[in-house]
Amino acid sequence: MNLGLTLCFAALAALGSHPCDAAALQLRDDLGREVRLAQPPQRIITLLPSLTETVCALGSCDRLVATDRFSNFPPAVAALPKAGGLDDAEVELIVGLKPDLVLLSRSQRITQRLDELGIASFALNSASYADIAHDVTQLGAILGVPERAIALNEKIQAAVQAAGAQARQHAHGRAASVYFEVDRTPYAAGPSSFIGELLTRLGAHNIVTADLGAFPQLNPEYVVRHDPDVIFVAAADAAHLAERPGWSEMRAVKEQRICSFAADVNDTIVRPGPRVPEGMQALAACLARVSP
Amino acid sequence: MSLPRPQIADFVAADGASAASTHFRLWLVAWVVVTLLLTGGSLIVGTSSIETSLSWLFSPDAQSSVVLWQIRLPRTVGAWFAGALLGLAGGIAQGVFRNPLAEPYLLGTASGAALGVTLSLIAADTAIGGLAWTGQLGLTGAACIGACAAILLTIMLSRGVLETAGLLLSGIVIAFLMSALTSLLLLTRPEMWRVMQVFLLGSTGFIGWSSATLLCVVFCICLLPAMLFARGLDALTLGDDTAQSLGLSLPSLRLTLLGVVTLATAAAVGQIGIVGFVGLVAPHLVRQTLVVTHRQLLIGAPLCGGALLQAADLLSRWVIRPAELPVGAVTACIGGVYLVVLLWRRNRDA
Repeated sequence: MNLGLTLCFAALAALGSHPCDAAALQLRDDLGREVRLAQPPQRIITLLPSLTETVCALGSCDRLVATDRFSNFPPAVAALPKAGGLDDAEVELIVGLKPDLVLLSRSQRITQRLDELGIASFALNSASYADIAHDVTQLGAILGVPERAIALNEKIQAAVQAAGAQARQHAHGRAASVYFEVDRTPYAAGPSSFIGELLTRLGAHNIVTADLGAFPQLNPEYVVRHDPDVIFVAAADAAHLAERPGWSEMRAVKEQRICSFAADVNDTIVRPGPRVPEGMQALAACLARVSP
Repeated sequence: MSLPRPQIADFVAADGASAASTHFRLWLVAWVVVTLLLTGGSLIVGTSSIETSLSWLFSPDAQSSVVLWQIRLPRTVGAWFAGALLGLAGGIAQGVFRNPLAEPYLLGTASGAALGVTLSLIAADTAIGGLAWTGQLGLTGAACIGACAAILLTIMLSRGVLETAGLLLSGIVIAFLMSALTSLLLLTRPEMWRVMQVFLLGSTGFIGWSSATLLCVVFCICLLPAMLFARGLDALTLGDDTAQSLGLSLPSLRLTLLGVVTLATAAAVGQIGIVGFVGLVAPHLVRQTLVVTHRQLLIGAPLCGGALLQAADLLSRWVIRPAELPVGAVTACIGGVYLVVLLWRRNRDA
């Protein structure tokens, strides 16, 4: 059996139901498009940091020829050309690099433009915890390394479960109430956001309720009234919380129960990618340190 | 023997009929009552239910005192002063340009202030709102410098302040240039986009007593020259030539008043972001209900502007509570609907 067929069968085993011919791989991406690849791509451009990290975690970093400007992990990708961002991708640079496949998230504009230029692209949602396993599986099939994808998923799942169990054990059944500020305006991470999912897995109680959506812009008064045990906030804002009207009276501010992370650690918390266990461990370590 | 020079006071004396003045006083009282009602309303509207808020007023505990007196009250007071500054700036701008469509952001002040704020935020990497005194002054200072730079460039481009059409056109050009610069700067700092988006849509969420006091001080500073030069604006309604024949020095009048517009706009924008429509609509609200001199207009427009922004702030925190709507979007909705009604009525009457 040739490599193409092996791949095709591997993909079928992982995903289901598409008929396959001799050497082609056909997959449905998260925009609902059927994408057909004659062979596993060797020249790949990623337009999302979590996808870059997943490709590298599957051992295919050497196939990347460019990434988006935000991709900074693993360090090896720093030297690659930067093709802009998802919404302002540099089409000319992408075309010039002659990629076999561009990996991106749901973005109609760039996908349509690449279609017109005859460049294959594959869209993957990368916003929730469930997307991590889904993306790993899909990329495993695309890259022709399905067995690595299975192993990676198992590793991630085990590490996440361990981090969650450890955090719950440390909390002794008392869920700390938390407020996670995405940015200073103040946007909060709700329970349905990726960060919110991680906090729930760590047994924390998010003061933002699910009905407010993933990233609601809150009335600052809401945070003061809910008086969370722990506040997660950007490092630059941590020192200024007491200056916000009424915030100096909050327990977390008075007792300095505030978590903020360095930029590289923050990346592991906000990116739904293979480094999610590291992100969870960082969250759990701070929660354990400052929780009442 | 030389003839006595006509005085501006003689020219405007005809406006001082006592019936109109009584009408104006009643109108003022009505708006003060509206403002007080909105202030009271804003104390009971927030993330808690109205019943809870009322119970807080009568039996406060430590947390409810913080919410009522350190969050809700300074927020509504600050919103009033910011709205008043925009209303005042709008009233002056419409007088200086003799154009009912003129507004405080016309000469590039808003874009300049936004650029100043962007630069200062990038330099300091701190937050809009929720800053200590020094931070508030720094942000307002940056907005002021940006707005002043924009207006200076506008005046330089139009070679002075004498020709209003040229001044307006230059203002538009400078506004575009400054906005483009802001966008370019933000491209290098993508993590600041959302912060700037909130700034561009306006937000009253983090106005504390330090912001409110600052806005109050600037309002008092701006009101004084506005009152002193209001009669000059009355004379200006008859045209440049007539105003000059009445003994007015047009360049100094325009420069002073544009200075007031710049300071008022910059202070408001520095604290609450770019809130649209208040400066445009507030003077119209006055003129729709009263026949006024500019002195009365410049007292009435701040009252209307302040109440308008207070109402918008109230709505922004009530509609989807405990989340918030951008206050600028709310003022644009209120102001837009009001202007549509105004146009519709004008067309119907025609």
